[in-house]
Amino acid sequence: MTVDRSAAFLFMIAGYVAGAIVALIAPSDRIARGATAIGAASGSVAGLVTALAVLATGDRFELVRPDMIAVAGGVAIQLDSLGALFLALVCSVGLFAAVYGFTYTADYDGRRSLRFFGLMFNAFLLGMSLVPCAANVFTFLFAWELMAVASYFLVMTEHESSDARAAGLWYAAMTHFGFVLLLPMFLIMAPAAGATAFVDLRAGASALPPAARSTVFALALAAFGSKAGVVPLHVWLPRAHPAAPSHVSALMSGVMIKLGVYGLLRVTSDFLGTGPAWWGGLVLAVGSLSALGGVLYALTENDLKRLLAYSSVENVGVIFLGIGAALVLQSYGLPALAMVGFGAALLHTVNHACFKTLLFLAAGNVLRGARTRNMEQMGGLIKGMPVTAMAFLIGSAAAAALPPLNGFASEWMVFQALLSGAQIAKPEVAIGSPLAVGVLALTSGLAAATFVKAFGISFLAMPRSDAAAAAREPHWSAWTALGAFAAATVVLGLFAPSAIAAMYRIVESVTATPRNVTGGGGIWLLSAHGVAAGAVPPPVVTKLSPRKGSPSGGTSVKITGSAFTGASGFDVRVADTWGCGRIRQTARMEYTSSAFAEPLRRIFSELYRPTEDFSVSVHPEARLIIRSITYTTRIVPWIEKALYEPVTRGARAIAASVRRLQAGSVHLYLLYIAAALMAALASAWWFE
Amino acid sequence: MQLFSKILRTGIATELLRASDPDAVEIGRALDVRARQLLGRALAIREVDAGSCNGCELEIVGLASPIYDMERFGFHFVASPRHADLLLVTGPVTRNMEIPLRLTYDATPAPKFVVAVGDCAKSCGVFKGSYAVVGPVESVIPVDVSIAGCPPEPADILRGILAALDRLSPGPAR
Amino acid sequence: MSRAIAILFQTLLAAGLAPLVGGFIRWVKARLNGRRGAPPWQPYYDIQKLLGKEAVVSRTASWIFRATPFVVFSTSLVVASFVPLVAAPAGRFIAGDLFAAVYLLLLGTFFLALAGLDTGSPFGGMGASREMTVVALTEPTVALSIVALALNAGSTSFSQIVSRTLAEPAAALGPGHLLAFAALFIVTLAETGRLPVDNPATHLELTMIHEAMVLEYSGPYLALVEWGASLKLFVFLALAVNLFMPWGIAVSLAPIPLAIGLVTFVVKIGVLATAIAVLETRVAKLRLFRVPELLSASFVLALLAVLSTFLAR
Repeated sequence: MTVDRSAAFLFMIAGYVAGAIVALIAPSDRIARGATAIGAASGSVAGLVTALAVLATGDRFELVRPDMIAVAGGVAIQLDSLGALFLALVCSVGLFAAVYGFTYTADYDGRRSLRFFGLMFNAFLLGMSLVPCAANVFTFLFAWELMAVASYFLVMTEHESSDARAAGLWYAAMTHFGFVLLLPMFLIMAPAAGATAFVDLRAGASALPPAARSTVFALALAAFGSKAGVVPLHVWLPRAHPAAPSHVSALMSGVMIKLGVYGLLRVTSDFLGTGPAWWGGLVLAVGSLSALGGVLYALTENDLKRLLAYSSVENVGVIFLGIGAALVLQSYGLPALAMVGFGAALLHTVNHACFKTLLFLAAGNVLRGARTRNMEQMGGLIKGMPVTAMAFLIGSAAAAALPPLNGFASEWMVFQALLSGAQIAKPEVAIGSPLAVGVLALTSGLAAATFVKAFGISFLAMPRSDAAAAAREPHWSAWTALGAFAAATVVLGLFAPSAIAAMYRIVESVTATPRNVTGGGGIWLLSAHGVAAGAVPPPVVTKLSPRKGSPSGGTSVKITGSAFTGASGFDVRVADTWGCGRIRQTARMEYTSSAFAEPLRRIFSELYRPTEDFSVSVHPEARLIIRSITYTTRIVPWIEKALYEPVTRGARAIAASVRRLQAGSVHLYLLYIAAALMAALASAWWFE
Repeated sequence: MQLFSKILRTGIATELLRASDPDAVEIGRALDVRARQLLGRALAIREVDAGSCNGCELEIVGLASPIYDMERFGFHFVASPRHADLLLVTGPVTRNMEIPLRLTYDATPAPKFVVAVGDCAKSCGVFKGSYAVVGPVESVIPVDVSIAGCPPEPADILRGILAALDRLSPGPAR
Repeated sequence: MSRAIAILFQTLLAAGLAPLVGGFIRWVKARLNGRRGAPPWQPYYDIQKLLGKEAVVSRTASWIFRATPFVVFSTSLVVASFVPLVAAPAGRFIAGDLFAAVYLLLLGTFFLALAGLDTGSPFGGMGASREMTVVALTEPTVALSIVALALNAGSTSFSQIVSRTLAEPAAALGPGHLLAFAALFIVTLAETGRLPVDNPATHLELTMIHEAMVLEYSGPYLALVEWGASLKLFVFLALAVNLFMPWGIAVSLAPIPLAIGLVTFVVKIGVLATAIAVLETRVAKLRLFRVPELLSASFVLALLAVLSTFLAR
């Protein structure tokens, strides 16, 4: 089948633009919602077709219009397989988010401007779809900024809550911090290239002096890292993602932060190519910090959506671990092994997009059903919302990296990439790579604890509030998105070898690693398994997935099966929960979310530094008669406090002193105008 | 190290059922046969103190000691009535323990049986007529066997358990 | 075909032998306590009895509670089907992967913790919370022990680790190997709920970890959970003996090596189980918040194992 890719691409843009415009001028809220969904869905389908066509054939798709906005270099579109992968991610999540959003935003009918929301939703999708397609600096920055501004407005949808406003402020500040770093990054690269097209940047990057290359790398890491939400630039993420409507959270957590990963991969592995080993070391350190920091804060979080947002920080950390391992291996001249790291990072990007979208959409259902994001008010939702519960369970197990789901496949690959570091006979690598393995293992163990808590406290046992007891499934259209991503999560896990092979093909096309390069000497797992020779996925995984149905799996199924027939045979009696003879079991006796995390919180109290407040009020006449005991504890992320408080305080101080210029006197402003004019004239004269 | 040399010196402390005591031999054999027939030689016991003075508990603890060692018959105490086959109830049932005792009985999966240990469990003993006491165990839950004694000896308790196993027909008793 | 039979045989062997290990440890402990104790095969009687009983299920519980015993048992069984027990022939016969084994067992634990929360019982929640805490803290040690072994063998697959250790007996006595063994042994105790991390014989709910989660199970469900737990212990012991002392293991599927492999395997497991029984007689349970210290010590051991393996290369 041949697809006219430029037609599909233009149809994508047309779909988004039409969705935005029709939503804006729609006569009723319902039509506005419909237009938003249909525009976004048709645009996404067209984008998906474009991306899949590029991925299937492997040759690039180009569309250059230098005459459009020529002053800035014109519009240039080029989609290679790396970009196509991210475009496919954006569009598939976008498609189902649009469908989901149609009923989800029905809650906003009459309360909020759905027209403006529709405009911004489509603009957001347009921006995200254009980022991986951009082929020159102007197009890239335009798409990047469109994405940032549109998502800012989406975060502010529920702007009457002060949380959402604070989240919007943090988000705007951090996203522009990233943008400000992008400009010098491109500025350093552009002179050597002599042009702003990405092709020229790529060609010119090798001519840059090492110091400039390293500066470009550091700027890219900071700029794209802030978009990806790595610690310590993650502060906006746990604030902004929960504040947005759930399908927007899914888009932001599932794909928008991945565009930061895209940017980093594009600049480092595509433009700059092989760099010194400390680049990889830095990425590994950032990745470890994010993985561990993200999961530790997710663990103690009681707000379901914030928990998921922190878990995104963790998963971005895992992705960065893969990239870091790859960069280290690349710098030591082991391109075939580096491919494993890049492949692991890409696969985890795809897998995380699947299960995190699933989790956020399921959390959206919970939010609509139980009317709260606080897990301490939930419980027992599995009875009223069985489908949502199933979806959340699959997502949780994948997020905890459990086999046979997709999270396991990609974490397994990250492990292998890190293990490959032992190939290098350098003491710093010998210490660093096992430490990174330890961090990753601890992260996945803590993630398992986190998601036992997230699922167990929210969905199991008895409801802790009336709203939770009354929660029911939303309209069935919300299930299509859940079903699609649950299926993707399972399929990508079961057919991990094919997915890995697909990732290798993409990495090959970007890093230009020729096939059939064997890894360094010795029998290492990958060369032994034949990965390096011909990009065949490691057979261990190949063994693992069919093993489910292979003789060994067969026996277990058989025994389980006979036990199941026994299950219908043996008597099951339903009785009260055993509570040591307690007369009545209430929901207040259940383990809470805070209680569940308490042991780990105490163990890691050095990292959390919780503040505790303990007060006892006693009877005025007898100190031994206690009236009430209150205990409050709070975890203030001290990284944020230490890093950001001085910055905000400084910014405030500067703003206060600058405010003195604004005295309100007309004479003073006339003076400013005159001074500015003089300065302009003087500078014109000076430069002439 | 001291610990292990002591272990070596002490050896096995469990009293073999003395051949001179035909009664005891009979208990041992009968327990073995019965338990194997009915419960596959494994009996999980949940002890419920329904308000006893803890005299009976001291004797029950003796069952698990090296001297009596009921584990050799495949008997063991469990932490939850869900795991139990037999409830060993002591003491007169106090008002506070009436509902918990019922709940415990309800929580135990069938086939299950109940052995009331001690005079108090049988007939409230010295606590008879107290305002805090509901009545003997059988006024609250069905009892299979009562063991007399204040407190009964561990051997008596074993005999009582045997009697309970005797009473239990192979079908499930609800 | 012979491969399918071998896997089937191994699975049945594991499922059949697993309860015996727990029973044997209990028997040795009883002897050390000066008791005659239940015979080592007592767990079979327990399982048989439980399978014939009624199951009582809490009103609050959902399908998670009923499905969990099957998940726990089948994940343990699948892992037992691919770890090397009696034979580790070259080639791809046992192409299992250590990470796959660890994470499959984690899947069982994940569901068990959910089942603990499912009934709404405070004990279940407490057990789930503590179990996940312990498991999360053991993961890094497990991973680093695997790294130490993989560094030696150049692979994370079982058969290659085993064959490399067989080929170089000296390496098996090297510091890297011994340190990794010590680390993995501590982790085995923690993961399978043995002393000093958890007391499998406790009756006091507040001291429980593993037991608190299964407090609600009864009848056939309990039988499956207990059997799955014993399989997990069996798998960990089998890993410890076969990865660190693989001598005697059959490297082909011929009858004589298989017979030797079976005998040496049973003897090795017996020795390790005795060691656990002696240890459990000797030590007291650690306070819950002392457990992290033990586990971080095991992590340091594993890290030292990796470093010494690296330096020895």
